[in-house]
Amino acid sequence: MEQHQALSYDVAHLIGATVLMAGFGLLYQRRLFAVLNTFAFQALALAAAAAWQARIQDAPHLYATAAIALVFKALAVPFALHWLVEKLGIHRTVETALSIGWTMIVGVALVALSILLVLPVTAGAAALTRESLALAMSVVLLGLLMMITRHNAVTQVVGFMALENGLLLAAVSAKGMPLVVEISIAFSVLVAMTLFGIFFFRIRERFDTLDLHYLETYRGDRH
Amino acid sequence: MNAAVLQLVQIVLVVALAPLVTGWVRLVKSRLNGRRGASPFQPYRDIYRLLQKEAIVAHSASWVFRAAPYVTFAAVWLAASVIPTFSTDLALAPAADLIALVALLAIARFWTALAGMDVGTAFGGIGASREMLIASLAEPAMLMVSFSLSLIAGTTAPVKIVGFVLSGGVGLDVSMGLALAAMVMVSIAENGRIPIDNPATHLELTMVHEAMVLEYSGRHLAMMEGAAMVRLTLFMALIGCLFAPWGMAQAGGGVDGILVGMGAFLARTFVLATALAVFETAIAKMRVFRYADFLGGALLLGLLATIFLYVSEAV
Amino acid sequence: MLIAAAFATLPALSLFALLFGRRAWSHAVVYLGCLGASLCLLAGGLVHLGGHPGAAPTLVLPFGLPWVEAHFRLDNLSALFMVIVDLSAAAASAFGIAYGSHVPEPRRVTPFFPLFLFGMNGVLVADDAFMFLVAWEFMSLASWALVLADHTRAENRKAAMVYLTMAGFGTFCLLPCFGLMAGPGGDYTFAAMRVHELAPTAGFLVVLLVLLGAGSKAGLVPLHAWLPLAHPAAPSHVSALMSGVMTKVALYGLIRVLFDLHGEVGWQWGAAMMVVGGVTAVLGVLYAVLQDDLKVLLAYSTVENIGVAVIGLGLALAFKDSGEPALAALALVAGLYHALNHSIFKSLLFLGTGAILTATGEKSLNALGGLLNRMPWTGAAFLVGAAAISALPPLNGFVSEWLIFQSLFQGPSLPHWAMKFGVPVVGALLALAAALAAACFVRAYGVAFLGRPRSEAARGAVEVPAVMRLTLVVLAALCVLLGAMPVVVTDSLSGVIAPLIGVHFPVSADLGWPWLSPVGATRGSYSGTVLVMVGALMFGAAILAVHGLGVRTLRRAAAWDCGHVEDNPASQYTGDSFAQPLRRVFAATPFRARETVEMPEPGDLGPARHTVHLIDPVWQGLYVSLGRLVDAIADQVNRLQFLTVRRYLLMMFATLVLLLLVVAVRQP
Repeated sequence: MEQHQALSYDVAHLIGATVLMAGFGLLYQRRLFAVLNTFAFQALALAAAAAWQARIQDAPHLYATAAIALVFKALAVPFALHWLVEKLGIHRTVETALSIGWTMIVGVALVALSILLVLPVTAGAAALTRESLALAMSVVLLGLLMMITRHNAVTQVVGFMALENGLLLAAVSAKGMPLVVEISIAFSVLVAMTLFGIFFFRIRERFDTLDLHYLETYRGDRH
Repeated sequence: MNAAVLQLVQIVLVVALAPLVTGWVRLVKSRLNGRRGASPFQPYRDIYRLLQKEAIVAHSASWVFRAAPYVTFAAVWLAASVIPTFSTDLALAPAADLIALVALLAIARFWTALAGMDVGTAFGGIGASREMLIASLAEPAMLMVSFSLSLIAGTTAPVKIVGFVLSGGVGLDVSMGLALAAMVMVSIAENGRIPIDNPATHLELTMVHEAMVLEYSGRHLAMMEGAAMVRLTLFMALIGCLFAPWGMAQAGGGVDGILVGMGAFLARTFVLATALAVFETAIAKMRVFRYADFLGGALLLGLLATIFLYVSEAV
Repeated sequence: MLIAAAFATLPALSLFALLFGRRAWSHAVVYLGCLGASLCLLAGGLVHLGGHPGAAPTLVLPFGLPWVEAHFRLDNLSALFMVIVDLSAAAASAFGIAYGSHVPEPRRVTPFFPLFLFGMNGVLVADDAFMFLVAWEFMSLASWALVLADHTRAENRKAAMVYLTMAGFGTFCLLPCFGLMAGPGGDYTFAAMRVHELAPTAGFLVVLLVLLGAGSKAGLVPLHAWLPLAHPAAPSHVSALMSGVMTKVALYGLIRVLFDLHGEVGWQWGAAMMVVGGVTAVLGVLYAVLQDDLKVLLAYSTVENIGVAVIGLGLALAFKDSGEPALAALALVAGLYHALNHSIFKSLLFLGTGAILTATGEKSLNALGGLLNRMPWTGAAFLVGAAAISALPPLNGFVSEWLIFQSLFQGPSLPHWAMKFGVPVVGALLALAAALAAACFVRAYGVAFLGRPRSEAARGAVEVPAVMRLTLVVLAALCVLLGAMPVVVTDSLSGVIAPLIGVHFPVSADLGWPWLSPVGATRGSYSGTVLVMVGALMFGAAILAVHGLGVRTLRRAAAWDCGHVEDNPASQYTGDSFAQPLRRVFAATPFRARETVEMPEPGDLGPARHTVHLIDPVWQGLYVSLGRLVDAIADQVNRLQFLTVRRYLLMMFATLVLLLLVVAVRQP
């Protein structure tokens, strides 16, 4: 039994680590579509994490969380953004404020920081909880980092949603969090709002209009 | 069985098997591309054919150019002999641990790069310069992997790590996962596979390894190609023994154990070779200045693997 | 006795050089004398290490300040560094016999060369702060004079100026450091300092000051700025000593104070030293890989290697303070081994550069090429040095890096979180430095010795005289020997550090003679001896198999080069083009490397130009702004020169009153 449980927690952490790796993948990508694909992969891993937690915690409501993550984040949002990028003719390379190498180094430093923060707080807790929390916090910080270091509106939205993935990861990993389903829905709606809000706000900020006609005139003449 | 005998078997085995592994990768790739492909035994014939040809050496080349193929081959061969493939009971195993393994491969790279520069052509220089760029990040990444493995298993000796993993000392660790990812990235770079380098290309501006050995012919080229093949087998054996050593024979296992170990080794190698072929078919080569991001990523993964140990195990 | 005689010989030689400097033969005599003296000192050091482990003969001489006698002492640590110093000194002197007449003005070199050796050896045997500092200054000033040997070049004068400033700064830090250790009693002997307990603040200051003082001499970032200017400016055999050996004397100072005199340094200092060492290693080698001048490249590589050794020292301090004496011993042995190795291969490489200078008059990589065919002995020895400094087995550089890695891998067992997270980062920095060092020396060797000659001078190069060749070959053989027989070295080093750490550390105990397994047989082991033997067998087997299975014919032809037949050697990769990918990847942020291309208009016959701009962040950020600050203050102070007499009197009066006030307040 002991052995079995240890194994299932190991799998949970491995999935969590996959989510984190996808977070690094987001920072690593240089093309917008690759960012979207990586994001879809991260959401998929998150769904897997939720489903696995549902299994090992025997908490069926987490299956709903997993399904929401899968349908909404792994499929709908990436497709929508993909469509938007094509439709709006947005520049398809990621514009970086900090070079990719440095972003990743900062990312690793943030992971180390979150481990350092989590360790004393959860000194009494088991290693399992510590690891989950450290993973989730790292994903959150990486999402923030992405929002800061990438210019493009789309990548900022993706960064925000990656941040939110981290929160969700924390929520599903901790035992006995009954509101996970509600939280995930609320967050998803919030994200959808923010997504389009930031998106259109940024476009208007740059071009003073949302009219596609103007976008075409300005293409290639960015300031 | 005697450790010395097993050691001899391994020394012969890695060289004997290496062309087949390369041939297999080529065959699977051709099939995936919709071609029939050559027999997996073709590399043996290629090497034999090269040995029968006279070697041509440029006027400006020095003795470094002529010695480099043998030094490279011997260094890679030595490296391949000290990591456990089918048995951990090897006489030479204590002579080199993971750090020394990295350094043995560095000897091969050092000489190959020098040989590339020896003739004094532009292509040799391109190859050497890029190879050293790749190495400057791949080598630290591999050392960081060694670091985390040494923290997990308490040793840097591959043989001892195998023993540790086989005795169930490590579960599905996050750090092991990260280390594996880093190790795979390093292996791709060290072997000059796509997306870092394309072993099949002679397209002038994209060559790395091929550019360095461009001036070689005859027996020298045979040695260089042979070294590349042994290196590929070595990395497959290394990934196998560090992360999936199941079935490997240990000291006192008897003949049965050794046969099982041999079978497991062959199975691992060919699974990895097939996976490599599939991966290479699915992906495009990257630009030279993306190497740094890719390999820097591997280095950071290695670092993360070490850092994550502090969370999962109260080290 | 032998040692004392050798010591006395050196100043005498200097005097001789002053008197007879006009005669051409006098230089050879001076170098021969130096060779003899350093061989005696080397023998003395070796005999002490081998024959009297633990013994520490002392000598008190009645000179120096009137009320202070001069104390000397030769313990294991001094003897070890004496071996390090005099091995290279012997090599440099032997090289100087032939090379000394090639330098522009030999008379400006020979009087100071023996004094330089005298100073360095003096630091090692000094047993009181006064003698230590006097010898230290002898070393600094003699080497300063040697940097100025070729004083007609403006950059050498600038280098000497910067060096003098930094040497002054170093002594300025060491003086109060020893003062604090001597305490209010003012007993300046080391024996008194050992027993003197330091207050926490004083202890903190002592460590800080010795790191600044000795660290500036060793070339730790950010105090390294003088080193790549000064070391290459001196004649090559002196550069070899400055880079290979004088930096080791600085390390000796660090070890003497931190491990012996001070005694209780906190682990935080160890951590700080590791970080400084790691940064020094990476920055040093990054600078090195971008250089075109071979001597500057080697000087920057010295900065790197000092960083590597300091990582070992810092780790040893941290282990020692955390109650892990066995691991501290391992780290210290690793650091000392690296110091020994570096002194050998750096001397080899600098002397090799001297040979190149003799043969071609060039030290710019872009003017060399194809030298291996013209200078086979120098080329082969330089190759050994380049491989050793790139940490390739089975040479000596690898063994010490392996030991440092092994001790780093034990770092996470320390109980402090800062160390647990810091050690992997330092490990990554060290690994990066090692890999970049290999790139740096592939570039240096490939461009200078391989390929086709890039200038007339390189095309006409001929092999150097036998004495120079012999020196290089002996040093190269030492690189091989110290790498293939590591256990012999680690065993004797563990005897050296036993009094400092408190444990005698049998590095090879577990597996027996040829296996180096410092942390225990299961923790990983290495055997250079076995690798050499098996590797040689495999090399032979490969040759035999190939020649047995195939044809043996070999034909010389024009290079193929993908069909581009190109006779112009300018089409080869140069040092700059080799470094370009590394420059773009690594130097873009720290050095703000920028490239500009000037392409002439069509029809314009002018050449296209590709220019690289590098900014040294340390020089620009620290030194230039410090210089400006000093200038600004000097401007302010300058006004004081133009006051009336009454005001000057007022100032003197105010100062007097102030001092009296201080006395009054401080009275018990």
